[in-house]
Amino acid sequence: MAGKEIDAPTGIETTGHSWDGIKELNNPLPRWWLTVFYISIVWSFAYWIFMPSWPGISGHLKGTRNHSERANVERAVADLESMRADQMKRLLTVGSVSEIESDPDLQLFALTAGKSIFGDNCATCHGAGGQGNVGYPNLADDDWLWGGTLSDIQTTIHYGIRSDHPEARINQMMGYGETGALSGDQISDVVEHVMTISGRDADAAAAARGAEVFAVQCVSCHGPDGKGMKALGAPNLTDGIWLYGGERQDIQKSLYFGRSGVMPAWTGRLSEEQMTALAVYVHSLGGGE
Amino acid sequence: MLDRHDILEKRGLLLTVAILVVVSIGGIIEIAPLFYLESTIERVQGVRPYSPLELAGRNVYVREGCYTCHSQMIRPLRDEVERYGHYSLAAESMYDHPFQWGSKRTGPDLARVGGKYSDAWHVEHMIDPRALVPESVMPPYKFLASSIIDPDDAPEWLKANRAVGVPYTDEMIENAAADLKTQHDPFAADFDNFVARYPKAHVRDFDGNPGAITEMDALISYLQVLGTMVDFSVYEPEENYR
Amino acid sequence: MTATSNVPAPAQDGGSEVPFIAAFLAVGALLALFIAARTPDAMMSAHAMMFLLAFIAGAFALVHHASSGNRLTQDVYEMGVVKAGVFASVFWGVAGFLVGVIIAAQLAFPNLLYFEDLGWTNFGRLRPLHTSAVIFAFGGNVLMSTSFYVVQRTCRARLFGGLTPWVVFWGYNLFIVIAATGYLMGVTQSREYAEPEWYADIWLTIIWVLYLVVFLGTLLKRKEPHIYVANWFYLAFIVTIAMLHIVNNLAIPVSLLSTKSYSLFPGVQDALTQWWYGHNAVGFFLTAGFLAIMYYFIPKRAERPVYSYRLSIIHFWSLIFIYIWAGPHHLHYTALPEWAQTLGMTFSVMLWMPSWGGMINGLMTLSGAWDKLRTDPVIRMLIVSVAFYGMSTFEGPLMSVRAVNSLSHYTDWTIGHVHSGALGWVGYVSFGALYCLVPWLWKRKQLYSNALVEWHFWVSTIGILLYITSMWVSGIMQGLMWRAYNSLGFLEYSFVETVDAMHPYYVIRMTGGLLFLIGALIMAYNLWRTAKGDVRAREFAASPALAPAE
Ligand code: HEC
Ligand code: HEC
Ligand code: HEC
Ligand code: HEM
Ligand code: HEM
Ligand SMILES: [Ca+2]
Ligand SMILES: [Ca+2]
Ligand SMILES: [Cu+2]
Repeated sequence: MAGKEIDAPTGIETTGHSWDGIKELNNPLPRWWLTVFYISIVWSFAYWIFMPSWPGISGHLKGTRNHSERANVERAVADLESMRADQMKRLLTVGSVSEIESDPDLQLFALTAGKSIFGDNCATCHGAGGQGNVGYPNLADDDWLWGGTLSDIQTTIHYGIRSDHPEARINQMMGYGETGALSGDQISDVVEHVMTISGRDADAAAAARGAEVFAVQCVSCHGPDGKGMKALGAPNLTDGIWLYGGERQDIQKSLYFGRSGVMPAWTGRLSEEQMTALAVYVHSLGGGE
Repeated sequence: MLDRHDILEKRGLLLTVAILVVVSIGGIIEIAPLFYLESTIERVQGVRPYSPLELAGRNVYVREGCYTCHSQMIRPLRDEVERYGHYSLAAESMYDHPFQWGSKRTGPDLARVGGKYSDAWHVEHMIDPRALVPESVMPPYKFLASSIIDPDDAPEWLKANRAVGVPYTDEMIENAAADLKTQHDPFAADFDNFVARYPKAHVRDFDGNPGAITEMDALISYLQVLGTMVDFSVYEPEENYR
Repeated sequence: MTATSNVPAPAQDGGSEVPFIAAFLAVGALLALFIAARTPDAMMSAHAMMFLLAFIAGAFALVHHASSGNRLTQDVYEMGVVKAGVFASVFWGVAGFLVGVIIAAQLAFPNLLYFEDLGWTNFGRLRPLHTSAVIFAFGGNVLMSTSFYVVQRTCRARLFGGLTPWVVFWGYNLFIVIAATGYLMGVTQSREYAEPEWYADIWLTIIWVLYLVVFLGTLLKRKEPHIYVANWFYLAFIVTIAMLHIVNNLAIPVSLLSTKSYSLFPGVQDALTQWWYGHNAVGFFLTAGFLAIMYYFIPKRAERPVYSYRLSIIHFWSLIFIYIWAGPHHLHYTALPEWAQTLGMTFSVMLWMPSWGGMINGLMTLSGAWDKLRTDPVIRMLIVSVAFYGMSTFEGPLMSVRAVNSLSHYTDWTIGHVHSGALGWVGYVSFGALYCLVPWLWKRKQLYSNALVEWHFWVSTIGILLYITSMWVSGIMQGLMWRAYNSLGFLEYSFVETVDAMHPYYVIRMTGGLLFLIGALIMAYNLWRTAKGDVRAREFAASPALAPAE
């Protein structure tokens, strides 16, 4: 064991211990270090006085500031809402698009609100600009399944389509192949007919046979000329815009399995005002009627 | 004072005991009160144990490490409440073993994702997230659609959960395997009893493949129930400020 | 080196532990066989088979050892297990960094690195593989091997327990293999940094208790009157991790034949227990343990006395006392009651100075020898690690302040903080220790190449800087984008837009990680050549300053 000795470079005495050649000095604690440590302790004590802190047997110290993050956020949201309240209220009472368009402030407000809400709630299905996806309609064109007036759009958003909301828009296209309602040949024929009415080359004989089937099975929804019916959400089959794809095999699949896309209902999740703003925004995307 | 430190430096066992005492204090004071203070869990209505299919989905969620990207904890901050909905309550995870609050949001919070999307969307999204959301960095989970769940495993999950305190009744455990199948089939005979056991549970085929009960069915049934249990119309926020 | 370091400790006769180890292996093998035969769970049967193979291999090794005579007594110190630990550290380090680079690349280029039919390659399974590989496999082996080295040298006593240190080494690495293969198969409890399932946890508990026995046993038979400060830290690390591990992993298995378990605590109680554990895994695994390394390797390598004994005492006790309280800073603004958050925040702020006490003691130990920063790249690595330690323990208390945390939580800022601590502090102090240990253990005069150490240092320093700066920028940006409101009072960005905005930073982070990995590969090569006894031609006898310890 080495005893205490003077460490040459610093001129300070070691503690006299040595482990595997390692010795120790015993410099005092740095002043600033100790000071900051004390300050942090004093600050903590102060904090405990003001804020909710130490737990006890039946509760905890509430703190003199009566602080609650939950109360704060409710206040913050209320502040925000009161800031937006005037315009929001006006949005609820407007009846028509032209009324909104006549007030640029209100229009800007509605579009800003709508765009913001659309980004987090709708874009994942309908795309960031509303351009749609296979199975999720394009909201930026003027082709509408269920109608493109402000109130049509509003209804869609409120209750959804084939959602589990009792007032949802519902109309199911059955799977004609799956259920055996049509034979395989019949389906092929109808596909040729649909190809024809959507302006593409098709086997004329098959299409003629298909037209007969169409007239029996499909007109009730898609109409005699296949132009669709908005009241029933039945798409126009002649316009070259396809929700599920317009290739032969896509149409075949639509017929065989049927189609019934689901759009969720937003009542309950979004407020009336938010849904109105959304409707205005969607209406403005390009195709509003 | 510091000279006394010698006592510890010369006695290994004493040093060990001293360390153990010093490191025990903080944990005891912070954790123990959570078990007895009544303000810890809010008083709410509607929270029930997961149905067997939902629990199976939760097992998948844990197994796949969804928590590495998704939180299930909406903080009481203005932007989060606006983006995701009501801030999360402790009561909403009172039957969660383990909790899934997460610590990183590479993807969005999922605490209230229930009802936000259609089942079909979830299926497509799980199979290929970038097909629907081009910017997404989420992995694909196509294999879930083809892994079949064995309903007979369900009673054991429920039993283990009861052992850690989830109030599953004998009836629930007895019917666990059948309930798992019932939830997949809206025309099942036991529909009414099932819904009585698990109020507001969604009963349907979730993955578009009615012929099989898959992990995809289970996961989506779990996602669709997230954040939907509490009845906020009767919740009193002021009573639960803390 | 002074003469004292060469006083030989009397050799210990091992041997009495051999029957116990034999019985342990036999019981383990029977249990594994039973489970493998009975379980309907494919993952459990894979793991039971792995245990079985390990026990059989252990039995062969034991027989071989017994039949070849007790070679353990020949040397003064038990250094074989330390050498094995060095191997394992380098191996797991490279593996863990590689997985880090892979998951970083997955977030940067999801189209290229996800495979829809290979579920086990998904981010959610690889991320825990990365964290466990770097913390527990790399860090754990560094801690075990250095602790075995340091405790022997500073106690002048051979490791306690004969073959037991070998059981600890192999048992721990078996745990790692079980954990890692488990993650890939989907066996996880989802508790961050404690993902292994119940049976792996039980196994680790046994191994950890044996570790404590070996370490404490060696301390108790020491030839030095005082216990050196590095050993206080090692002891605190071992004892506290045992406590944390046991409490946090309390769970009920679905059945004894199933991999799945459900945690004992629900929701909010489970959350706080988990983060009491998680935070102190940082505090005692990544901090106390590595401070122990610092307390031995810096003074030893610099040949300077430790700066302040007083500071050691004060910062040791305040550090371990305060650390435990800070866990709730991981749960700010959550459904954890606010009183607990307040305690977490205030104790985190009080933790700042105790942490910096360690930094001061490390840095100031170099006073009188600052020139070594220039001449010895290994010293530089050690000292820079302490600087990073100082930085992340300043950043940590800052992020614990609730207002700051409301921005940083859930974002890449946390990831930046983690990696300034993990790459800068944990990584560099470990590399420094390995560069010291290999020449000492293999009795080489110098490293194969100091120039390669310089390369390692600079390549990985650039890597770290790229990593943490990109994560600070992306984290703060992400936090600000989430809460950004436009002038009319609506959220400015959708979530997906924020995901998109991260892309360039994820690419930079991946590049940084790649550089860090390359640095580690340079180190692996250098250490391997050193162990072989090579010296790079140009550097032969160039640096007499690097005298080995023995
Ligand atoms: C789960 C995916 C999903 C989400 C989220 C979603 N939608 Fe839809 N939406 C659909 C589907 C699917 C349809 C088409 C239903 C059908 O096939 O008839 C649709 C239809 C619509 C329509 C009717 C289009 C037409 O041509 O008549 C409007 C308008 C609409 N969505 C607006 C929105 C708005 C606004 C939001 C956000 C609040 C939203 N959607 C969110 C899936 C979604
Ligand atoms: C009960 C009403 C109904 C009947 C009858 C019906 N459809 Fe439809 N059809 C719909 C609805 C509603 C949709 C849109 C479903 C959706 O949006 O998910 C649709 C969609 C389609 C589509 C896909 C359009 C696209 O854009 O991708 C095709 C093709 C189609 N129907 C053809 C037919 C043919 C051919 C028949 C007769 C054999 C027929 N439908 C009978 C209601 C009907
Ligand atoms: C690598 C990170 C990552 C992992 C792992 C991950 N996700 Fe995601 N997740 C994302 C990202 C990013 C988004 C946002 C973009 C999108 O919608 O794809 C997302 C979105 C989602 C959404 C839509 C949420 C919303 O409100 O828009 C759901 C639901 C979801 N993920 C579920 C899961 C489930 C279940 C798992 C595990 C089986 C999982 N995720 C694993 C990154 C991930
Ligand atoms: C005084 C010291 C420190 C304090 C007070 C501290 C504080 C914090 C805080 C506030 C967080 C963010 C929690 C969140 O918002 O989710 C965090 C995360 C983290 N810190 Fe530290 N830190 C300290 C030192 C360190 C060091 C030295 C390391 C070393 C490697 C480290 C590793 C981590 C890790 C791994 C996480 C991520 C945990 C997770 O979410 O998974 N910390 N720390
Ligand atoms: C090559 C070097 C490394 C790379 C490229 C890397 C990359 C990553 C990535 C991409 C993540 C996931 C982040 C996220 O979820 O967004 C991560 C997480 C993590 N890494 Fe690393 N890493 C590296 C080295 C290390 C080292 C050396 C350590 C520890 C000693 C470490 C500890 C961690 C921890 C603790 C987390 C989890 C953080 C949290 O949950 O908050 N990493 N790493
Ligand atoms: Ca199904
Ligand atoms: Ca565990
Ligand atoms: Cu922490």
